[in-house]
Amino acid sequence: MKVNGFVHPAQRDPRRLLSDHLRHDLGLTGTHVGCEHGVCGCCTVLFDGAPVRSCLMLAVQAEGHEVSTVEGLAVLGAPLHPVQQAFHECHGLQCGFCTPGFVMSVVGLLAQHPNPTREQIEEGISGNLCRCTGYASIRRAVQRASELSQQTPSPLRGEGWGKGR
Amino acid sequence: MKPPPFEYHSPSTVEEACALLGSLEDAKVLAGGQSLVPLLNFRLARPSHLVDINRIPGLDAIYERDGGVAVQALARQAGVEDSELVARVCPLLTAAVRLVAHRVIRNRGTVCGSLAHADPASELPAVLLALGGHVIARSARGDRVIEAGTFFRGVFETALEPDELLVEAWFPASPGPFAILEESRRHGDFALAGVVRAADRLALFGVAPTPVLADPADPARGLRPSGDLEATPEFRLHLVRTLTDRAFAA
Repeated sequence: MKVNGFVHPAQRDPRRLLSDHLRHDLGLTGTHVGCEHGVCGCCTVLFDGAPVRSCLMLAVQAEGHEVSTVEGLAVLGAPLHPVQQAFHECHGLQCGFCTPGFVMSVVGLLAQHPNPTREQIEEGISGNLCRCTGYASIRRAVQRASELSQQTPSPLRGEGWGKGR
Repeated sequence: MKPPPFEYHSPSTVEEACALLGSLEDAKVLAGGQSLVPLLNFRLARPSHLVDINRIPGLDAIYERDGGVAVQALARQAGVEDSELVARVCPLLTAAVRLVAHRVIRNRGTVCGSLAHADPASELPAVLLALGGHVIARSARGDRVIEAGTFFRGVFETALEPDELLVEAWFPASPGPFAILEESRRHGDFALAGVVRAADRLALFGVAPTPVLADPADPARGLRPSGDLEATPEFRLHLVRTLTDRAFAA
């Protein structure tokens, strides 16, 4: 499977969840695990460009596919991805536990709706739980991310994004 | 978190999948996994075998058939949500699929999976019932058409035999007035109660072990919904009456 552009050897244990594979086998601990039954959203990653819950997939299912995690959005030292930059500017996080999941969901949301309405923003982040911010600053961050994305084209925005597959 | 032990199978054709289902004891089909994997993670489900159908090519079509829309086993809910064909022929299905969890879940979850899982509070089984649609179950023995009215048997129970794969669901067109209304504690949660109107037909969900057809003039008659921390039986009956009034007011 390809993760953030790099090919990794296959995981052979079918019981390994994709979330655990990313964290424990590949050391990509930016993908967080919270509820592990698809409710909290903090394990959200991109699977062939569309956001999915990595705790609800087996690692073997990702074989031959492309996975993007929060680590793949910006290389160390390089400018942040527009969505990360917007969360930073708008204080879209406090403790930060839910943030990687929010960021990946918002990357998917903006691929589907580059200029989201307030309803689309609320619908787009409704599958992620945050216990600190009260969501108002996250909503502002999504609006800001939309502005920033249109100024800086992201290399991760390509064909097929946000489409169900 | 680690699911309980299972043997993993990844067939590349429907025939192969059906042969596996016909020969294996205690096998579950894995499609979108948005209901099954949580059950595995919590070890509420402990199947001996998982038959993952995701690598079967050509099983994700959404197409027009017999004046309705056919949705194949691997068509994701997000794909159905975005489908112009579905919006044109069966806008009730478009409206309903938008109420299923969240977009990120719908990117992976399948319409046929929702039907086969048969959660009593799920929207799509009630839509299939209200429209009078059917599913096609395939096995090594052949294809079997199962009408919505006989498909849902109980909580998480359907008329599917252990060796059968639900390969396609068919939703008749919804040309007349339609509505799907539900009440849940939070957006995207399972409904406490919900109603589906398709012209003059009414189906209810979340208030019985299966979706049920009801009389729009007296929708709560004979219903005995369960009570839990989120809603009492009386509140669910109230929701059924109120939502039905709203669905038929338009």
